Amino acid sequence: MTDAAWESLSNQAVAACGLVYFLALLAHLVEWSSLRKVPVSVGAASTQSADIPGGIAVTTGPDGDDDSAAIRRTEIFGRLGYLLTCLAVAVQFVGLFSRGMAADPDRVPWGNMYEFTLAGTFVVAFLYVVLYRRFRLAWMAPIVVAFVLTILMVAVIWLYAPVAPLTEALGSYWLVIHVVSAIIATGAFTLGGITSALYLVKARATARDSDGPGRVTGYVARLPKLEVLDRVAYRLHAFGFPVWTFAVLITGPIWAHQAWSSYWNWDPKEVWAFITWVVYAAYLHARTTAGWKGRNAAILALVGVATLWFNFIGINYFSTTSQHSYAGGAPAPISADRLGVGVEANPLG
Amino acid sequence: MSTMLSTRPPEDDRRPGELNLRELLRWVWRQVTSMRTALILLLLLALAAVPGSIIPQSGVDSLKTSNWQADHPKLTPVYERLGLFSVYDSAWFSAIYILLMLSLVGCIVPRTFVYLRGIRAKPPVTPRNLTRLPDHASYQTSDDVDVVLEGARLVLRKRRYRLTVEDDAVSAERGYLREVGNLVFHLSVLIVLVGFAMGGLFGYKGGVILVTGNGFSNNLTQYDDFDPGSLFSADDLEPFSFTVNDFTADWLTEGPRAGMARAFNAQLSYQESPGSPSKDYDLRVNHPLTIGDTEVFLIGHGYAPIITIRDGDGDKVYSGPTIFLPTDQTFQSIGVVKAPNADPTQIGLEGEFYPTVAFSKHTGSYFSAFGNAVDPLVSMLVYTGDLGMDTGAPQSVYNLDKSKTTMLTKKNGAPYRIDLRKGDTVKLPNGLGTVSFDGLDTWTKIQISQTPGKWIALTGVVLALLGLLGSLFIRPRRVWVRARREGDGTLVEVAALDRSGGGDVAVVVDELVRALQGPSQPEPEDKS
Ligand code: HEM
Repeated sequence: MTDAAWESLSNQAVAACGLVYFLALLAHLVEWSSLRKVPVSVGAASTQSADIPGGIAVTTGPDGDDDSAAIRRTEIFGRLGYLLTCLAVAVQFVGLFSRGMAADPDRVPWGNMYEFTLAGTFVVAFLYVVLYRRFRLAWMAPIVVAFVLTILMVAVIWLYAPVAPLTEALGSYWLVIHVVSAIIATGAFTLGGITSALYLVKARATARDSDGPGRVTGYVARLPKLEVLDRVAYRLHAFGFPVWTFAVLITGPIWAHQAWSSYWNWDPKEVWAFITWVVYAAYLHARTTAGWKGRNAAILALVGVATLWFNFIGINYFSTTSQHSYAGGAPAPISADRLGVGVEANPLG
Repeated sequence: MSTMLSTRPPEDDRRPGELNLRELLRWVWRQVTSMRTALILLLLLALAAVPGSIIPQSGVDSLKTSNWQADHPKLTPVYERLGLFSVYDSAWFSAIYILLMLSLVGCIVPRTFVYLRGIRAKPPVTPRNLTRLPDHASYQTSDDVDVVLEGARLVLRKRRYRLTVEDDAVSAERGYLREVGNLVFHLSVLIVLVGFAMGGLFGYKGGVILVTGNGFSNNLTQYDDFDPGSLFSADDLEPFSFTVNDFTADWLTEGPRAGMARAFNAQLSYQESPGSPSKDYDLRVNHPLTIGDTEVFLIGHGYAPIITIRDGDGDKVYSGPTIFLPTDQTFQSIGVVKAPNADPTQIGLEGEFYPTVAFSKHTGSYFSAFGNAVDPLVSMLVYTGDLGMDTGAPQSVYNLDKSKTTMLTKKNGAPYRIDLRKGDTVKLPNGLGTVSFDGLDTWTKIQISQTPGKWIALTGVVLALLGLLGSLFIRPRRVWVRARREGDGTLVEVAALDRSGGGDVAVVVDELVRALQGPSQPEPEDKS
């Protein structure tokens, strides 16, 4: 296949996966809207129905047929949504892969913000699909799919850039490891952040509800119990944190040392990666500190995700000294602004 | 105790609530080493790191910093006082992480002792009422109590639990290594800091621009810029030398990155010390040359047009490759030439170099269409008068002091500009002499650095990561199995507790019950 063919395959695959995510989102919306008709029994949200792994809690109400039809519908649409998401993830992988093949020479598909965002959303969706059973993530479905779809749209509309070869400094296998692990951690932290956000929503709703039971309804009522949300969030963060440590504090510095002669430069991208790391360390501490457990820890997790995505997208607009010039056109691999302009010695007389 | 209950004022005349020094110190220590303080210090550290990513840092990009300072004359002194141009060496930033490290030591040392004492401890006695624990299950069996407990022992031992056997129960615990992981992690943070500090204190970083063909020997006078750590000594410079024999780059002529270069390669020959044999090395981006403890990096390149000035008497007063500094991706570059010995007057040239020149009708000026030198042109203005080089004050080679000079102009008052293609010579007016562009060289910017402690820092982070994995994924767990005669069978109760707060022990209880019951038993009946 020619590079141009790979490139158009990639563009088509990205468009197709966007469409499939959209269908998946619709399926989940149908699922959740038909669930509105099914009563949530007390405590139902904590026990998962056994036949759908990760399925949403439903009780077979006493009032018979109406409910069971609705339940069947939610099951079908829930499963459909999940399968569509799996399909979309597979198609997105094709898009990512062919993006790498479209470059000459073939390379890893993260040379610019568009590709980086493509890879990041892929990992979020992929982790969700993989962890769906293990962590029973059905309740997360509409949010994850909506999130991935939105970011993907942002990538296609605003960040798109044609395929181009990597600049020299980016062509290091340490960089490959560094970016892969950073993206994986980003995926895990994003899912963790979503969970923590839902924890806060549920905690608020439950607190409001304390004066009269049964008032928490709809989506929130069907979220798992607070302890479960807290535990799932913790596990996602506990997975993400060492991976982030590996990315930011091991492979990143090794690469920086190779490329720029010092392993830590306090460059804005590095600073924010460090800030993210410290905030998540604080999150892990908060979970074991009285008075910080639960709500405050969840807030810290959200702060962590905010710093993470700010670093990913926002910092480029605040600072131009970053050597991680993914954004803004062609980065100079070895660039003029690092020259010692204004040196005193005159080697040439 | 009567003294505590008495209403008499204390012997010394302290007011209530006042602490003596020892109590105060103890109170401070307890505050500093509390988990909550650690947490707040971590958050402070994150917050304190922010300004350095927004305000240009002199240690990161000195040029950008001085430009910023020039643009903000009001803010600059304030920021300077606050250390905002070098946040990461500032007193307040250091204060935060030093406090954090203190807190860390204060937290970890006592915990290490507690751990060492606890390492041989037996699992705790089985609680009276297992069904009070959040995760428990029970079932009836026809087996005897002894048989059940013996089975429990086998099952738990196979799962690598540490056991205490009581009369009617088995108490088991596992995951002791989690604490070790946690301690290793926190201690490694200190190791990383030590390694990092060594690099900052004893290391150095220096740069030199070398025209292709020129050599460098490693001593202070040869560097263009040199940034040593505060404890660095010039004796630590290793006695190597090298020559840049050639420099090549591949210029892309098509595709979206057309105009960019890649595959930069500076061919060096080097000697580790004056007497040692000469070796060759292809210095490329991401592939530094290591000589002893020093590393040599290729971090920039550019053009050096060979320019010759003959003065009014026909004497060669300047000749050689002249370094022009690139200003953008197209390698449009700026540079100056100074001929202080020219007669009848000193001559200074200042202008641009275009590797592949093109003319824009729109702006009415030249620009560089391509970074590769396909059609190079030098375009310069001419200054005569005193170049200010006799004052003894050091001057940058990239700057012309124009304060006591006049710029040559044409009759109509427009600046007199000389445009030279390779091989061209122009005659300056008023019998000043000639300028020629004889040829084109390239230059490379070489960065040379020593980073002592980098292996310590790397070892530290790797250990920290290993410790972290242990700390996060080893699940410390206590499990109890109690068996009791009840009616004509045996009631077995199983309960588990996760001590890390992250585990889902309901699954553990389920799995254990299934294992205890063997394959052909009914499901547990009372499960919560
Ligand atoms: C450089 C600063 C620090 C960093 C980056 C850091 C990081 C971490 C991390 C990531 C964990 C999570 C491990 C887990 O969840 O099992 C942790 C746990 C812990 N940290 Fe720190 N820490 C720091 C300073 C401190 C200090 C100053 C203290 C003392 C007050 C402390 C006490 C603890 C304790 C007791 C735990 C265990 C919590 C548990 O049992 O889960 N840490 N720390």
